[in-house]
Amino acid sequence: MKGGLDLPVLRVALYEGRGARALEPAQRFELLQALLDKGYRVTRVTNGSGAAHSSDGTALAALGRFEDAQPEQAQDGETQVFIRNIEGLSAEQAVGLVEGIRSEAGLREPGGWKPWFPVIDYDRCTNCMQCLSFCLFDVYGASKEGKIQVQNQDNCKTDCPACSRVCPEVAILFPKYRHGPIHGGEIQADDLRREAMKVDISALLGGDIYQALRDRSAKAKSRFSKERDEDRALKERMRCLAKLQDDLDIPAEVFASLPTLEEIQAKAKSAQEKSTAVNGSGAKL
Amino acid sequence: MNEAANTAAPETRIVYCRCAYARVVPREVKDAVLESLSASNLDFDAAPDLCEMSARKDERLREIAAQPSATIVACYPRAVRWLFSGAGFPLDPEKVRILNMREEPAEAIVREILPLAETQQ
Repeated sequence: MKGGLDLPVLRVALYEGRGARALEPAQRFELLQALLDKGYRVTRVTNGSGAAHSSDGTALAALGRFEDAQPEQAQDGETQVFIRNIEGLSAEQAVGLVEGIRSEAGLREPGGWKPWFPVIDYDRCTNCMQCLSFCLFDVYGASKEGKIQVQNQDNCKTDCPACSRVCPEVAILFPKYRHGPIHGGEIQADDLRREAMKVDISALLGGDIYQALRDRSAKAKSRFSKERDEDRALKERMRCLAKLQDDLDIPAEVFASLPTLEEIQAKAKSAQEKSTAVNGSGAKL
Repeated sequence: MNEAANTAAPETRIVYCRCAYARVVPREVKDAVLESLSASNLDFDAAPDLCEMSARKDERLREIAAQPSATIVACYPRAVRWLFSGAGFPLDPEKVRILNMREEPAEAIVREILPLAETQQ
């Protein structure tokens, strides 16, 4: 995965339980802000209830104003614990300690990837596979049982919500999208009307937006090759792309990296084969 | 704003999502909520980004989903619910309530959380 997302992470515990003094409220808040904005997960522990304990084998940096000397390292099950006294340290200095632990232990540097990917609302999804067919970047796949899944989140193009625009059921969310219902807000009657209209448009286009685009491209190519007016062809192409980009709210860089016609055809064929393999007779693509 | 009928319980686990990699949650709301959480006596988990944890299928999500009671302070309940589900750890709506920092003012969210501090004393 991008940014080494599959590597172990360093979690942080702000320990304020037995044997440690409570942090000053301002210090605690500042430290929490700084750690979170750097991408570290933080657990505040005051009562030793085990909130910081985890069996997931990750490493833990335990920060506190410890009353007694502590070992620098300990083991809690499979979790390696690094203990540091932050008495008298600023938030910046404490974050520096955490960064040092992470670096020395060879753990993943947090951040580096804006987690942008589709999330499927299975209460709405009808498993039509249009998203799998539409997505050019192999974000989607199907389970052994033939259920649509998001399988390659980090293949998704940041800020591109195009697949949610083609979903006829408003079943695809992007939690970091600006507008509803794609951001996960409740679906309103207007949203459903808009989607119904989209399906109608899709039907008018022949049910396959790529085919429609290919047909349009072929017609344009034919027309312009006859006219031998390359500038005009380019202008028309740019106009169509700009309109599509605007309609679907697709970032310019996604358009800039669109695959060739041959790649699109290969992708559509592959999606068809995948769908046929998992569904027997094949889902409608 | 509550997805579940569950109210304050002594074991309620609080999870705060910072949504650190995007600007869709108003900064003043997430700061105010974090400051209130920080000033309380509550133990809590603060995640930089629940989306990232979902993409990684992070085991901590399983632990949260398995809690007898949890309050997740993040964004739209529908998004949070399916993020957990997408990671393979579906939430039980009877046990989890989700507070939405994209829509609700900080004061309203804090009002929901702080009574938990009294139960945990």
